[in-house]
Amino acid sequence: MYARNLSAKPGRPELILRGITLFYLGVMILLPMAALAIQAAQPGAQAFWEALRDPLAWHSIQLTFTTAFLMVLINAVTGTATAWVLVRYEFPGKGLMNALIDLPFAIPTVVTGVMLVALYGPNSTVGTVLGQYGWGVIYQKPGVVLALLFVTYPFVIRSVQPVLMELDRAEEEAASTLGASSWTTFRRVTLPALFPSILTGSALSFSRALGEFGSVVMVAGNHPLLTKTAPLYIFGEIESGNRHGALVVSAVLLISSLAVLLALNLVQRRWEGDHDA
Amino acid sequence: MTPDLEIRLPAEMMRTDAGSAEVGRSKTIGQWLLIGAVVGWFSLLVFIPLLALARRVLAGGCTPFLNALQEPEVRRAFGMTLGITALATVVNTIIGIAIALVLTRQRFRGRALVDGVVDLPFAVSPIVAGLMLVVLYGPSGWIGQWLEPRGLRVVYAVPGMILATLFVTIPFVVREVVPVLQELGDEFEQAAYTLGASRWQTFWSVTLPSIRWGIMYGVTLTIARSLGEFGAVLVVSGNVIGHTQTATLYIHEGVESFHPEGAYAASVVLAAISFLLLVGMDWIRKHLEFREGSSS
Repeated sequence: MYARNLSAKPGRPELILRGITLFYLGVMILLPMAALAIQAAQPGAQAFWEALRDPLAWHSIQLTFTTAFLMVLINAVTGTATAWVLVRYEFPGKGLMNALIDLPFAIPTVVTGVMLVALYGPNSTVGTVLGQYGWGVIYQKPGVVLALLFVTYPFVIRSVQPVLMELDRAEEEAASTLGASSWTTFRRVTLPALFPSILTGSALSFSRALGEFGSVVMVAGNHPLLTKTAPLYIFGEIESGNRHGALVVSAVLLISSLAVLLALNLVQRRWEGDHDA
Repeated sequence: MTPDLEIRLPAEMMRTDAGSAEVGRSKTIGQWLLIGAVVGWFSLLVFIPLLALARRVLAGGCTPFLNALQEPEVRRAFGMTLGITALATVVNTIIGIAIALVLTRQRFRGRALVDGVVDLPFAVSPIVAGLMLVVLYGPSGWIGQWLEPRGLRVVYAVPGMILATLFVTIPFVVREVVPVLQELGDEFEQAAYTLGASRWQTFWSVTLPSIRWGIMYGVTLTIARSLGEFGAVLVVSGNVIGHTQTATLYIHEGVESFHPEGAYAASVVLAAISFLLLVGMDWIRKHLEFREGSSS
């Protein structure tokens, strides 16, 4: 179980434990990923490209990226503002709000979808009123963005909040004593200190949004070229028997998500390096 | 000085105009505007949809709600969900602790890589996770073509749904226990071992008590994710109605049917369970406070 620091070589129990865990991770995570990657690539680069160029496939990928990007822009601003308000101010209901912030992480994504349909759906009061003005939420793009905003709501807040709590306010005070306006102080002193955590929260929410399915499928309905995001496209192609089309878009999603997380990891390491220096 | 900062920031962030001349007076107004905007956004996004669901279900009183939950389909779906959740939680908790121990207490080549592999399920869309399992265990898959002739059905059956839930919940316990083990260090373990305790005794009476809150936090996250897992389970369950439905699958199918009451009622139950898990997490976090800041 424990490799002794003093004894150079791990004993048999340590090796057995290591073997079991590595085997589990290999069979449960690496093997399925390898199977997916190989099957997606097997028919060749030409076929891969063809499947990607399918108008429905390409549109679903574009839609996924644009909605995720829009969500990140909104969440970066509102998340930072929310963290700021929770850390710096006292107000009635703050305790309840702080407790409910993580609810989107705990609540099943399908239930999120049901909630949004119950509120904005065609049969709901709000949905009817909005519909009279020609504003559709459910089965429209705004519904997709709304679902993504809900499921990723806590990421930026929970990433910025601890940094803001640790932040030394002496620097902000020094800046404004020296005559900086409050906006300048925020922009030049506070924001740079918060930037890494805002970026971390944004990257995590972007990666999550690329793959979101449960909430989106409930609010998107079945409208190709309108609300069909990449995960919905993949599911549709599995159902209709186009395994290769599903695999190709899956590979694109997987690579994009991994690239975002890897880039974040590299950037974080550089920041840590700067911090140590 | 500082209050000054607090006024203008909200104004700027909300992209409204705040006259710099009336700083002294608009101060509290600016603050309240920002607080109002943040609380309003939170309400719009989280709180009001929650109320809308509760209203939709409880509008007709408690009796229809309870009746909807009594339906055999609903009860079977919840039974399935609870069974899969229990199994996935037990397996991934035990293996998760083992992985955390290997990652923190052993030195070997490729350890950083293993550390990265543990997090991979977070990067995978649930739908893609399901597709991976179909590709691997389906009738023509690498493992499936070998299992199928032996009468072992994985995909489009319960074992596949268990595998899917296991896949998406692997990182939780590991990610919560690793930082606690790192913080703890191995001095006490070394001491116990030197004093003649066996490895098992050392784990059972020295390590485990110190990491129990970390484990509990990870277990809570695992339960929450297992109860709510949908995409991966949907893909591997196929469309077998009845015997392979979990609560989330039932909701998905039920909401768009002519008889959505059961689906709405089941949604409320799942939302209530999530809320209870959240309260539990808050309570556990208070015991974990000492490692605050070391995460992320």
